[in-house]
Amino acid sequence: MTPELGQLALILALLLALAQGILPLIGAWRGNRALMAVARPAAAGQAVFVAFAFGILVWAFLHFDFSVRYVADNSNLALPWYYRIAAVWGAHEGSLLLWILILNVWTVALAAFNQKLPEVFAARVMAVMGLVAVGFLTFMIFTSDPFGRLLPMPGDGADLNPVLQDPGMTFHPPVLYTGYVGFSVAFAFAIAGLLGGEMEQAWVRWARPWTNVAWAFLTLGIVAGSWWAYAELGWGGWWFWDPVENASFMPWLVGLALIHAQAVTEKRGSLRAWTILLSIFAFSLSLLGTFLVRSGVLTSVHAFASDPRRGIFILAFLTVVVGGSLLLYALRAPKVAGGKAFRLLSRETLLLIGNLMFTVAAAMVLLGTLFPLIGDALHMGRISVGPPYFGFLFPLLMLPVVLLMPFGPFLRWGHGDGTDLKHLLLRVTIAAVACAIIAAFLVHGQIKAMVGVAAGVWIAVGVLLYSYKRWREAPRGRRYPAEMAGMLLAHFGMAVFVAGVLLSESLSVSSDVRMAPGQSKNIGGYDFRFDGVQRTTGPNWHADQGVISVTRDGSRVATMRPQKRTYAGDQVQTESAVDAGFTRDLYVALGEPMDANNIQGAWSLRLYYKPFIRWIWGGGVLMMLGGFVCATDRRFRIKRLPVTAAGNEWLAQESRI
Amino acid sequence: MSRLLPLFGFLGLVALFAFGIWWNTQHDQNAIPTPLLNKPAPAFDLPQLYEPTAKVSKADLLGKPYLLNVFASWCIECGLEHPVLEAEGPTLGVELVGYNYKDAPADAKRWLAEHGNPYKVLLADESGQTAINFGVYGAPESFLIDAQGVIRYKHIGPLTPDVVANELKPAIASMLKEAR
Repeated sequence: MTPELGQLALILALLLALAQGILPLIGAWRGNRALMAVARPAAAGQAVFVAFAFGILVWAFLHFDFSVRYVADNSNLALPWYYRIAAVWGAHEGSLLLWILILNVWTVALAAFNQKLPEVFAARVMAVMGLVAVGFLTFMIFTSDPFGRLLPMPGDGADLNPVLQDPGMTFHPPVLYTGYVGFSVAFAFAIAGLLGGEMEQAWVRWARPWTNVAWAFLTLGIVAGSWWAYAELGWGGWWFWDPVENASFMPWLVGLALIHAQAVTEKRGSLRAWTILLSIFAFSLSLLGTFLVRSGVLTSVHAFASDPRRGIFILAFLTVVVGGSLLLYALRAPKVAGGKAFRLLSRETLLLIGNLMFTVAAAMVLLGTLFPLIGDALHMGRISVGPPYFGFLFPLLMLPVVLLMPFGPFLRWGHGDGTDLKHLLLRVTIAAVACAIIAAFLVHGQIKAMVGVAAGVWIAVGVLLYSYKRWREAPRGRRYPAEMAGMLLAHFGMAVFVAGVLLSESLSVSSDVRMAPGQSKNIGGYDFRFDGVQRTTGPNWHADQGVISVTRDGSRVATMRPQKRTYAGDQVQTESAVDAGFTRDLYVALGEPMDANNIQGAWSLRLYYKPFIRWIWGGGVLMMLGGFVCATDRRFRIKRLPVTAAGNEWLAQESRI
Repeated sequence: MSRLLPLFGFLGLVALFAFGIWWNTQHDQNAIPTPLLNKPAPAFDLPQLYEPTAKVSKADLLGKPYLLNVFASWCIECGLEHPVLEAEGPTLGVELVGYNYKDAPADAKRWLAEHGNPYKVLLADESGQTAINFGVYGAPESFLIDAQGVIRYKHIGPLTPDVVANELKPAIASMLKEAR
């Protein structure tokens, strides 16, 4: 009976979403306060019903209700409880429900924090959120019902994809979706701004903290996904330019451009149309990602089962949402270039260059991702371009960003000062070159590693010099407002990330070896001794577990236990063993026994020595922290505003910081 | 007018996606003619994946027909194609020559260890220079080359059981018949 209650809850949520999406818009148009007031209670009610439906699905998983097809397809009696909860979002239908739940959480947060916004504007924002929810709820109810029954009820279910049975996977999708869906807030603000027209500049300030938080979540989600792929897939890689990875990376890049463009628009009033366009793009790419992953038009290692009906629905939804917004943009976007003028040498110019690079990079990733599809369309056959394409073009596009990054904060708004820059250029160049020369001795002249050190130092020294400048020049207590602290943190994260990528890519050593128990192999100065394989068991798997003792110059470093697991459904999954460290990771994956009948004998093993790989994720985590810190800035707290021009004037004054 | 550009760009994308959905319902994969068809294959001299010092040239492979299969570890479609090669390879009547395209040797070896190695000879073209002469757009692609070194058939995209049965095997049969 309960699954049907879940279905009912979803239908009621859809009705409330319709009310939330349509009535406040009419109210805002007609000046009817009663209709505008519908938005908040409707959003709250919708959230309650969606949460109820989600709870019922969790309940069904926890209680092994295999009469629900989705539960039977994705869990079985042996699956531990924490993975049964994670299984809720382990496939298409449930992850869609999670998506909607998170959309509701964002909407409710928006309703709670935005009570001081002008009434008409808030009503429009809530309505846009409601309309997005309408689209997703309709999609779920008509094409992807998670509560469909399976009769007769099986005694036991299938297994959750073993790849997903990892702690990282319980955590990665919710965080990633929080980021994805969070861009709907910036989108709703932009659309409400376009509809309203008069408050163009004001809305950007209100949207900024939301965009920063969404971007920070997306960053964390991508970092978690990358770390999971590294730890779980047994390839030792951290990024594969897979279509699904790209689907999350494109909104990230555009979101990155957006948070910088919003800063310009909010403080200087310029780039207004561009900010609106980016707000639309960021959310559109989130939707596009959903489309690519779930429609089956592209093949990917982790695409969901495809169904043409779903593809057609999402495409129609995408067309209405994105096409409608872009049409609105064409009709209502600010016609005159507003805001304060800026010279060629100014902070605005550098931010604009960064913006263009990120946007072009996103377009480049989109093109590469869609290449198989374009190939079909041009009768060239379905082929992927893969890392050779991305790996060449992406660093090329990021080169100007890295080069210009130290200078941005030093340049003033409007018109910068060239002499300051010369000093800075001299200092960062000396620091970068000096460190690269020192590094050359340590890395035995590997060019890529030296470039990595130079690039990391280049950015980091820029950040440190600017922090020092603030420390010297600004009065105590106002040296590092949260917005600036977040920027410094995130930029420093970029330095760590760039250094990590180039160092680990150039200095990694890997080796495929056949080892008999007792044999040793030296990699990167570490001795890996294979001590044989034993059988071991877990809650729903049994495994061959290898023991590898690692020593360096005779002293013990680690004992590593890579596994080759066989899950309940006979699916085999490797569990690599990783010994993590600040300057290097050691990584062992178990291959195959040389003789299948004698697991005590020799095995094939994959050994990796990966220097500085942790810096890649460390840099990502710093960027995420930067995003969160930035959003806490006191300037973003909304004071109660008069709806009139005086409000805008007040905002204009406030933004001269 | 310029404000309408994003909308037009987007509508172009929508058209592509609509095509993609339609295509998926209509086709699996298809083959297209190539300018090199029935022409001598371009010359090559490439290191072997497992023995980089021992190079293999076009001349070394003359005398026996073979199927040159372009693959890479980064290529997702190749992962789909590989089981077909593993299963159908021995039944083809020609040897399989693997052409590892723009790939790090370590990645390729690992990939083969994971997916299996159906190839008699494994060439490594890490830079992708030689592939340009073959007109390789990406991976996977397959070239059927006869004993005289002439390209007799080409397929872009993964070989599916369907393609093998309806295109590749007839192409091999006619080639072998001619040779006799």
